[in-house]
Amino acid sequence: MPTFWLVILLCVIAAAGYVLGRQRALSSAGGDARALHSLPAYYGYNVGLSTLVPALGLLVVWLLAQPMLIENRVSGMIPAEAIPEGTTLGLVMSDVRRVAEGLDIAVAEGVLTSEQVRNMRSEFSDIRGRLGEVGVALGSDVRPEVFNAAQAYRSSSATGHTAMVIAVALVALVGLGLSYSKTNKDFRARNTVERAVMALLILAASLAILTTIGIVLSMLFETRNFFGLHSWTDFFFGGTWAPNFRGDSELSILPLLWGTLYISFIALLVAVPIGLFAAIYLSEYAGPAVRAFAKPLLEILAGIPTIVYGLFALLTVGPLLVRIFGQGENGVLGVEWMSGATSVLTAGVVMGIMLIPFVSSLSDDIINAVPQAMRDGSLGLGATKSETVRQVVLPAALPGIVGAILLAASRAIGETMIVVMGAGAIAKFSANPLESMTTITTRIVSQLTGDTDFASPETLVAFALGLTLFVLTLGLNVLALYIVRKYREQYD
Amino acid sequence: MNDMSTLDKTVTNTTKISAKNVNVYYGESHAIKDVNVEIEDKTVTAFIGPSGCGKSTFLRCLNRMNDTIDVCRVSGEILLDGEDIYDKRVDPVQLRAKVGMVFQKPNPFPKSIYDNVAYGPRIHGLARNKAELDEIVEKSLRRGAIWDEVKDRLHAPGTGLSGGQQQRLCIARAVATEPEVLLMDEPCSALDPIATAQVEELIDELRASYSVVIVTHSMQQAARVSQKTAFFHLGNLVEFGNTGQIFTNPEDPRTESYITGRIG
Ligand SMILES: Nc1ncnc2c1ncn2[C@@H]1O[C@H](COP(=O)(O)OP(=O)(O)OP(=O)(O)O)[C@@H](O)[C@H]1O
Ligand SMILES: [Mg+2]
Repeated sequence: MPTFWLVILLCVIAAAGYVLGRQRALSSAGGDARALHSLPAYYGYNVGLSTLVPALGLLVVWLLAQPMLIENRVSGMIPAEAIPEGTTLGLVMSDVRRVAEGLDIAVAEGVLTSEQVRNMRSEFSDIRGRLGEVGVALGSDVRPEVFNAAQAYRSSSATGHTAMVIAVALVALVGLGLSYSKTNKDFRARNTVERAVMALLILAASLAILTTIGIVLSMLFETRNFFGLHSWTDFFFGGTWAPNFRGDSELSILPLLWGTLYISFIALLVAVPIGLFAAIYLSEYAGPAVRAFAKPLLEILAGIPTIVYGLFALLTVGPLLVRIFGQGENGVLGVEWMSGATSVLTAGVVMGIMLIPFVSSLSDDIINAVPQAMRDGSLGLGATKSETVRQVVLPAALPGIVGAILLAASRAIGETMIVVMGAGAIAKFSANPLESMTTITTRIVSQLTGDTDFASPETLVAFALGLTLFVLTLGLNVLALYIVRKYREQYD
Repeated sequence: MNDMSTLDKTVTNTTKISAKNVNVYYGESHAIKDVNVEIEDKTVTAFIGPSGCGKSTFLRCLNRMNDTIDVCRVSGEILLDGEDIYDKRVDPVQLRAKVGMVFQKPNPFPKSIYDNVAYGPRIHGLARNKAELDEIVEKSLRRGAIWDEVKDRLHAPGTGLSGGQQQRLCIARAVATEPEVLLMDEPCSALDPIATAQVEELIDELRASYSVVIVTHSMQQAARVSQKTAFFHLGNLVEFGNTGQIFTNPEDPRTESYITGRIG
């Protein structure tokens, strides 16, 4: 029975359990729902859940565990000398799985009967050709060891599957039986269901956390592989980024880090003053009408996909800067400082524009959290609005604003599309903002796109870069959240 | 200004603030209804009345603090030394320097105690040098009856003081700018009896040079510190007169009920 139908069957049994449980509870109270401890539906839910949850749990565990166990057993069947020069056991095993799958498909499509498959001998029949007919292409002829292993694989899978269907169905029935027999009018079904709801919520929360941990672990794992192939001193302390495919790449993060920080710095230089002033205007000076109109408008900026900002950098800001600082259409300043449209300044300015709404809406919230009484106190002493903002509101809001700026910085550091399109691809140390430079994120993209082989340091370096970036932004975020939270408590 | 302090209390003082037909609306709701009142110079005027009757609202009209509330609308005429404070030519910032205010809830700035008090003098350039500023700060803190408690920690944050200390700090902060009129909205609601007595002493002392308006819920306090009392009820000024007369022989039955504790 295919797994899909098994799941449907479980649901049907659980639904039946619901109806049965509800009826039994009602009849135990003599048909009077008021004599029950819980509402009748709770008894039904209890029986249904007791049927469904353990059975589904077993199903999931089984589906995860079975392939691993079979792999283990089957790979033991392949003798070491059957692994040709230049391949690994893993590659042979993937051949085995392909053959086994191919045979399954052939049987399912009726090209072969299961009888024929069982009696097949790789020495006599053209397995590669037969499998080719059903659309499973194999790289080479099937060797006897591989074929035998595939046969063993198939038969273990088949027995495993049958055992699974039986076990899961049994667990479901036992769950049904036990919970059904417990059902009577004094049973606290409501409390049981409450616990089940809580378990569900905990499951959701832990899934989110586990995924994060999983992502970090996988990055850690690949990073370790990278440091197995490439020296960590070059990565952290080298001075050059020059990947090549001859095997002597210099892969140092420092030039990339420099580019990243430089561009982020320029972005903050643009975003912080403008965003902060906009926030001050909106929260302190603007009337309700202006506010109602300008605030959503600013927030639309935050909703623009970053790739669109990238286009803006490429098509508008870059050429504009070339026109000012270079010879584009003969230059505004008449200097020759900038030749290409991609530069630190281009990416930084556009990223700054992207961050304006981010900074302004966070600062706006923080400024609004400063109690009105504080402003009244200052105005009541004869201070003007700007004196009040400068001397009372901003100092009170400062920690929160610093937090907002750090959050913006961590977004700038992790930003990809704008720098891919606006910053260029040359890794170097330079203080000239009109030159093109590159960042950690763009190098991750370029190392992983195109033909890649996940065993070379040139590819694996992407994970080390990613992990460093992650640690960097995580640190900034934690610091920012800490500051913002500490500040929030001040007025609560 | 000290030359006036020797004058006899019974001298009838000149009018400092005169309000004529003042109406205040918060959006649609009519918070102050046609109030006429004359606040005299060198006098303590008490505003009493049940909660929500508009005492704070009216007080805030006197230094245009209501300007900061979007929905608030004021009509009528309020004259300070004969000049309409709601005239277009009047700068509300200048006005508030002359008419200082202590709020119902203490609101020290998140700065040091010293900077809290020095805030006004710095903005208005009242001190020529550091020594003068120090002097103003000390004098104001003494008048706020809090000097002894904070003299050793002038550079600790003002928000770290207790509620009552914060309120006295705010009083010191308001006096430091040397206003001509001081509006105090329930300045003693968070104070213990000793601090209250000190603040009342301060009010009495301020009367020598300024005009003081105080909102209070304590009948005894109104009787102790004020020479004039105004009784508000539901946005109306019910009765206004000499404190002695209001407390011993009120004309309006509502005033009598309120001060004897029957409405409130
Ligand atoms: N900012 C505001 N917006 C709208 N209505 C307000 C506002 N401030 C006060 N009011 C209303 O105006 C009326 C008078 O309020 P006010 O604060 O002047 O009362 P009060 O006499 O000072 O009371 P209390 O003794 O409790 O301080 C109340 O009905 C109040 O609800
Ligand atoms: Mg009030």
